[in-house]
Amino acid sequence: MLSSDVKRELQAVVGPDDVRDDPESRLAYSYDATPMYQSMPDGVVFPESTEEVQAIMKIASRHRIPIVGRGSGSNLSAGTVPVEGGLVMVMTKMNRLIEIDQDNLTATFQPGLITKQLHEAVERIGLFYPPDPGSMHVSTLGGNIAECAGGLRGLKYGTTKDYVIGLEAVLASGEILRTGGKLTKDVAGYDLTKLLVGSEGTLAIITEATVKLLPLPEDRRVMVAHFTDLYAAARTVSQIIAERIIPCTLEFLDQGTIRVIEDYAKIGLPADMAAILLIEQDGPTSVVERDIERIAEICRQTGAAHVQVAQSREEEVQLMSARRSALSALARLRPTTILEDATVPRAAIAPMVEQINRIKEKYGLQICTFGHAGDGNLHPTCMTDARDREEIERVEQAFEEIFDAAIRLGGTITGEHGVGLAKAPFLEWKVGKSGIEVMKGIKRAFDPDGLLNPGKMFAKETRRRVVIT
Amino acid sequence: MKPVEEKPIDREEWARVGEYLRKTLDQDELTHCMRCGFCLPACPTYRETGLEQASPRGRLALMKAVADGMIEPDAAFADQMNLCLGCRACETACPAGVQYGRVLEQTRAGIALREPSSRIVRGLRKLFFKHLFPHQHRLRTLGWWLTLYQRSGLRWLVQRSGLMRLFPEHLREMEAVMPPASSMGVRERLGEILRPEGTPRGRVGLFRGCIMDVLFTETNCNTARLLVKAGYEVVIPDAQRCCGALHAHAGEEDTAKRLARENIEAFRDAQVDWIVSNAGGCGAMLVEYAHHFKGDVRMEEDARWFSDRVRDISQLIADVIDDLPLKRLERRVTYQDSCHLRNGMRVNQPRNILRQMPGVTVVELFESDRCCGSAGIYNLTQPEMSKQILDEKMTHVKNTEADILVTSNPGCLLQMKWGIRRAGLEHRMRAVHLVDLLMEAVE
Repeated sequence: MLSSDVKRELQAVVGPDDVRDDPESRLAYSYDATPMYQSMPDGVVFPESTEEVQAIMKIASRHRIPIVGRGSGSNLSAGTVPVEGGLVMVMTKMNRLIEIDQDNLTATFQPGLITKQLHEAVERIGLFYPPDPGSMHVSTLGGNIAECAGGLRGLKYGTTKDYVIGLEAVLASGEILRTGGKLTKDVAGYDLTKLLVGSEGTLAIITEATVKLLPLPEDRRVMVAHFTDLYAAARTVSQIIAERIIPCTLEFLDQGTIRVIEDYAKIGLPADMAAILLIEQDGPTSVVERDIERIAEICRQTGAAHVQVAQSREEEVQLMSARRSALSALARLRPTTILEDATVPRAAIAPMVEQINRIKEKYGLQICTFGHAGDGNLHPTCMTDARDREEIERVEQAFEEIFDAAIRLGGTITGEHGVGLAKAPFLEWKVGKSGIEVMKGIKRAFDPDGLLNPGKMFAKETRRRVVIT
Repeated sequence: MKPVEEKPIDREEWARVGEYLRKTLDQDELTHCMRCGFCLPACPTYRETGLEQASPRGRLALMKAVADGMIEPDAAFADQMNLCLGCRACETACPAGVQYGRVLEQTRAGIALREPSSRIVRGLRKLFFKHLFPHQHRLRTLGWWLTLYQRSGLRWLVQRSGLMRLFPEHLREMEAVMPPASSMGVRERLGEILRPEGTPRGRVGLFRGCIMDVLFTETNCNTARLLVKAGYEVVIPDAQRCCGALHAHAGEEDTAKRLARENIEAFRDAQVDWIVSNAGGCGAMLVEYAHHFKGDVRMEEDARWFSDRVRDISQLIADVIDDLPLKRLERRVTYQDSCHLRNGMRVNQPRNILRQMPGVTVVELFESDRCCGSAGIYNLTQPEMSKQILDEKMTHVKNTEADILVTSNPGCLLQMKWGIRRAGLEHRMRAVHLVDLLMEAVE
């Protein structure tokens, strides 16, 4: 519960209905989409303007109350779980699309805007905002920016950080910071825009953002290739890129995932396949046709057992249905679904999948792997039961080994979900001691009292690297 | 929300509710929610309030917290559960397949242990659930009184005299759109067994419903006539009761089960190939009878027999629409989904039927898959939220510029009539049940 002083001060800023500290409200903001993490905040506050955010921040700063910024709470790293209590600042009321500037090809919006709504608004006028996280129907753009969300189009178009060009943010002191603008080129000092993207709410509260837009691609085609050999599938990915073709989507499903989807959806997937690649290209019609034909050819050369190019929109939907059903099929198998995102250079996909398979056998777990093969971003997904403490311990050990394997293959502990609370003990594995120190220095410069999203990104203790035998 | 000082007796009551919920809530179902939030955009009350606790994910988290002993249920907890429309759009959106409607029912059953605090809600519930819906003859009598009221000039007198002003606005408005009631139900009018026309296709048991047979007798009769035209033999067993959906949704599980048992027996005795309903809300309950008797050795098999045979009228008609003699209806038509038909029974035939009706131009209603706010007796117990949802719906309805708004459920139909009146669209359009529109077209 909030102290009556603080509550009164907050109410004076946002009005009585937008400060809540009853048990139901506190509980409803005690979790996000990360399994097994939960912690009650002292209160919840819903600002409606930058000025209100500023005033709330000043109150929090004066009373030394932790603040956790939050959108729809769809993140997968426990990044918005208020582990140290304090205030959850819910940004969903600041959800205006402020402007689409067709002369500069930019869009400016408030952080609570739902990602999908920006997509629809710009696509209506023939423009394109490429980042498309799997959660885009529910996630807010502020959350996308804070976590540097990726998605299915990362290979060709990059991720959120490649589109954000200007930000307005409120610092822990309550001061307003403006970075970048509608400019394509800007080298005036350190790139604070890029620094704030992916900072997971630990440096400032983002209150407004400007992103660049592209022209909407004229056309797109989808195809699928089945492989009986994991390495052949991985070679195909490398071969496509080596032939200087960058598809907009290049998705991968492993055998475990294929079997689970087939059991669930009965869409005629062959259970004996080692992997399936789903490939989409977009652009001018002639280029799309040429690329898809060429990719189909490469798949045949690398030994695909089956290659199918969609001839109609219905066929596309049918081909993509395997990828679309993946989460539903896996999530229904056991009570708890842990979706991770170990990422490796794309040439290391086959050895990484083999490592994951070895580790899951070792610990006797059900782990299926699918993900964005084109950018090496894999989602090893564990089906388990949070109530089985013994099994959960094995799950934790297995994932430690998976992160370790990813780093050994030149990869990282998270490709698009962020560090948050869940991966904090592993951050040092990736960035090293000096990396952590530099990051902590940056954190101190922005937030000397450590009020913004405390407990995230920097763990009290780093996990010891496991030794792979 | 202001913290209310609770009386000690309240706390005892709530502790009892908590204890009951800890024993009865389906832990597996609650654990299955992976909190991805995909349900949020599908939820009408989340959209209206913007509050996590008014979303399916939030409500599941609250239930889980009670089941885990993290919090005790209280009035605010109950408010949140009652604010849910039960439209189950979240179930369609859920990747993990969480049966939200079932755990909500379990929770409401727990809350029902405690006397509802509001006298109006308590009175309404008792009147509807205990004294009215389960008793066909009382409904008939009510129908008689209503007919008398509507036809004798008493209604005119009441409306003119200002007597209606004593009632809340939403009741006044709904009274005005109430269709003519009838003391004669479908069975009294058409008899128990109707012979098919043309090639016989099978024997259908008509589920007449409770309210449906008083306020929408004509629709029930049209359903029977349509089935006969389509070649079905129709039987209307008199021993059938209310489906029990409203009871189950409100947490009155014992009554719901008793009604279910009587219905199963009535239709088994009638030896039907299908049991057809023309109300999405009833149909969704009927297909779930098997679930309600899971583990009950005596009833399980009969319940499965029953559930397997339940069809919405649109499912039976869609199969034979080409054989029906339909004349051209040059109308612009839009369709509002019944949540329970769509999310509960997973039926999508009504749209296909409309598209195949000669002359009819079908215009999609924006967000037709969103609940209209009727939701059982939600529009009586939660009038503010219901009106908010309805008014938004009506702006989209207006944009379709349709002449006819079609629904497949009596609750939605009444709500749409109310909405058309609220939006001042009475002179431009009307709301009808799919079956009635089809009968208009049958030559």
